[in-house]
Amino acid sequence: MADASAPLLPLVLENVGFAAGGRTILAGIDLRIEPGPRTVIIGPNGAGKSVLMRIMHGLLAPTSGTLRWANPERRGEPRRQAMVFQRPVLLRRSVLGNLLFALAVAGVRSHEREARARAALDRVGLGTFADRPARVLSGGEQQRLALARARMLRPQVLFLDEPTANLDPGATREIESVVQSIHDSGTKIVMITHNLGQARRLGDEILFVDRGRIAERSDVDRFFRHPATAEADAFLKGELPWH
Amino acid sequence: MRHRPRSLCKILPIGQPLRPPPATVNTLSLAFGEAWAMIARADPKLLEIVALSLRVSLSAVVVATLLALPFGAALAVARFRGRDALVVVLNALLGLPAVVVGLAVYLLLSRAGPLGALGILFTPAAMVIAQAVLIFPLIAALARQSVADAWREYAEQLHSLGAGPLASAFALLHDLRFSLVTIVLAAFGRAIAEVGAVMIVGGNIDGFTRVMTTAIALETSKGDLPLALGLGLVLLAIVLALNVGAHLMKERAQRHHG
Amino acid sequence: MALNRRAFAALAALALACAPALPLGAQDKSIVVASTTSTEQSGLFGHILPMFTRKTGIAVKVVALGTGQALDVGRRGDADVVFVHDRPAEEKFVAEGYGVDRRDVMYNDFVLVGPKSDPAKAAGKDITAGLKAIAAAKAPFVSRADKSGTHAAELRYFKQAGVDPVAEGKGTWYRETGSGMGPALNTASSMNAYILADRGTWLSFRNRGELRIVVEGDKRMFNPYGVILVNPAKHAHVKQAEARAFMDWLVSAEGQAAIASYKIGGEQLFFPEAKG
Ligand SMILES: Nc1ncnc2c1ncn2[C@@H]1O[C@H](COP(=O)(O)OP(=O)(O)OP(=O)(O)O)[C@@H](O)[C@H]1O
Ligand SMILES: [Mg+2]
Repeated sequence: MADASAPLLPLVLENVGFAAGGRTILAGIDLRIEPGPRTVIIGPNGAGKSVLMRIMHGLLAPTSGTLRWANPERRGEPRRQAMVFQRPVLLRRSVLGNLLFALAVAGVRSHEREARARAALDRVGLGTFADRPARVLSGGEQQRLALARARMLRPQVLFLDEPTANLDPGATREIESVVQSIHDSGTKIVMITHNLGQARRLGDEILFVDRGRIAERSDVDRFFRHPATAEADAFLKGELPWH
Repeated sequence: MRHRPRSLCKILPIGQPLRPPPATVNTLSLAFGEAWAMIARADPKLLEIVALSLRVSLSAVVVATLLALPFGAALAVARFRGRDALVVVLNALLGLPAVVVGLAVYLLLSRAGPLGALGILFTPAAMVIAQAVLIFPLIAALARQSVADAWREYAEQLHSLGAGPLASAFALLHDLRFSLVTIVLAAFGRAIAEVGAVMIVGGNIDGFTRVMTTAIALETSKGDLPLALGLGLVLLAIVLALNVGAHLMKERAQRHHG
Repeated sequence: MALNRRAFAALAALALACAPALPLGAQDKSIVVASTTSTEQSGLFGHILPMFTRKTGIAVKVVALGTGQALDVGRRGDADVVFVHDRPAEEKFVAEGYGVDRRDVMYNDFVLVGPKSDPAKAAGKDITAGLKAIAAAKAPFVSRADKSGTHAAELRYFKQAGVDPVAEGKGTWYRETGSGMGPALNTASSMNAYILADRGTWLSFRNRGELRIVVEGDKRMFNPYGVILVNPAKHAHVKQAEARAFMDWLVSAEGQAAIASYKIGGEQLFFPEAKG
């Protein structure tokens, strides 16, 4: 039986495809995700970024190809990866209660839970919010809470799907600094964003997804200075390549 | 001197002159009078019947809820062969006539039936069982529907956290607790308003298994329409009060939790 | 969160409050008597049972059904005593071994009820003449049509009157309701129709409208009641001692006097018939 702390990465996708409703959404994805550099996924709407992330996180099964973790998670074991969704899903209980639930599901022993949850809240500046109902928090506060929940679980890999969409610049910067600190603690970051400035600030490498394929992969500086493909070039210039 | 022999009729003042048979027009106003008189006098016989009605139906609701909520939630969250068929059957059971439930429970609990050895036919326990069987499909089907709707919103997050079907089901039930209160209240309403099943399995025994509805049926068949209607008004008032209370609680809690 | 806990506590308290609703069957000293709606609704039991219970400490739980259903309940062993009024069916019940120790207890009588104006001119002391007049006038007549003892008696009287009401009047003046005595009386009251009823139910019936008794006192309208012990050899759980105590009391001088003393509006409803 694999150790619960055995390294997940690298993650290898071979010729992964996904089709639904008679449409091919992803095709021929070959990808290797290594520990370390922050991976930022960008690309036009409907390109298949979210589907790709869901497949990596195990929420969708690819309809073709294979996906392999170095030491895969097993059923019934606590997860070693986490995901933050574009619209955070919080349970209808207190802020603290949401974290306690996640810790319980992760198999953390009950007497450890509260201290760990409170520490996680303090780190995102929600310490005084512990007893408030989670569902009445503002969008930015909810997103911070979702991040706190993900970080508290100490995942090896953290997936983020547009965590700052709909947030104001201040809230966006707060989220970015939390993500940065999660990265600093050794967690692999894989993030989707439409905010190119954010991609530059937070990314080490860029995965450019276009029409269900990985069109380009390079490090941040090179991608923004000299995109290798015409599609990426057009995307950066704000053209509409799908027209 | 007019005798009102049936026990329930002690509710009325004995010794009043025989009043003329009520004309249909004023039956309703008489009913309000009866209802008010019974409540104002806090008639012990009436209180006993009301208390038994509440105890039987609340017990049935507690039993049915404890079984039906997890069942409905599991049906919404778990995937297994034959699930859709089970859902269809469950929804169909909603249309089950109470009398059929009563008959089935009667045959089960009868001395000649499989559970006859319990000896609980014609007791409040039998009525609790009949009402619980009657409302189980209602609670399970409605709970399944609302859990299934919520599941669409929560499924990915719960999967992402690694919650199994059991933890997911209970998390959803907890999140839906305010709408579930409405479902449980509807079930309580059906239980306490039901007459066919409890009449068959309880036997409408005076002072032992006589509840509001069977008392109403009895007074109706005795032609005492104002008294029957009066009892009906008392029943209505009780159910209404319970609903108002639960509604206020739900509103407050919901405002608080968003 | 605090609110939740309070709601939960309230629910738990409710559940606890409900627990006493489940004294699973076992009562100290009580018997179940399967009887007929007419006996129960007449109020006789409400009058005599407290006397018996006061004397013996045995509670009597009456389940009121049609005669046929009451005998069925006895057959299945769900009652200790059967107290009904259909002598042929009672004798069959005993002959088949479901019951033992049948005793005559009392009788009451049937009455023919009809509109005060008596449009069919049925009034009198002769039930067959009354029914003949109704059939001749094609005046509305409500039948219980529920295979009860009263229904059987009604059909018997029509036969003696030489009238086949189903053939002659079904769908016109002869209305089959398929219901118990009370509901059938409600129907007759609203239609201002004739109907055969037992005196007890009629006397305690409140919704009379324009109805009154038109025929009574015919010897053929007497209606005897018997009490039978459910056979303990067939159903071991039958509470024989308590059940026999009840039957003995019914036919004792004291029980018979109790029955005779029950009156509605000054009228005696049931007449003692026990021999000894
Ligand atoms: N489960 C599904 N079944 C059918 N089609 C799907 C499913 N999930 C996604 N799609 C479709 O696949 C395509 C890619 O969707 P995806 O959500 O991955 O886009 P995206 O790159 O994340 O876009 P955006 O930038 O707008 O978030 C879309 O056309 C979408 O409608
Ligand atoms: Mg997306």
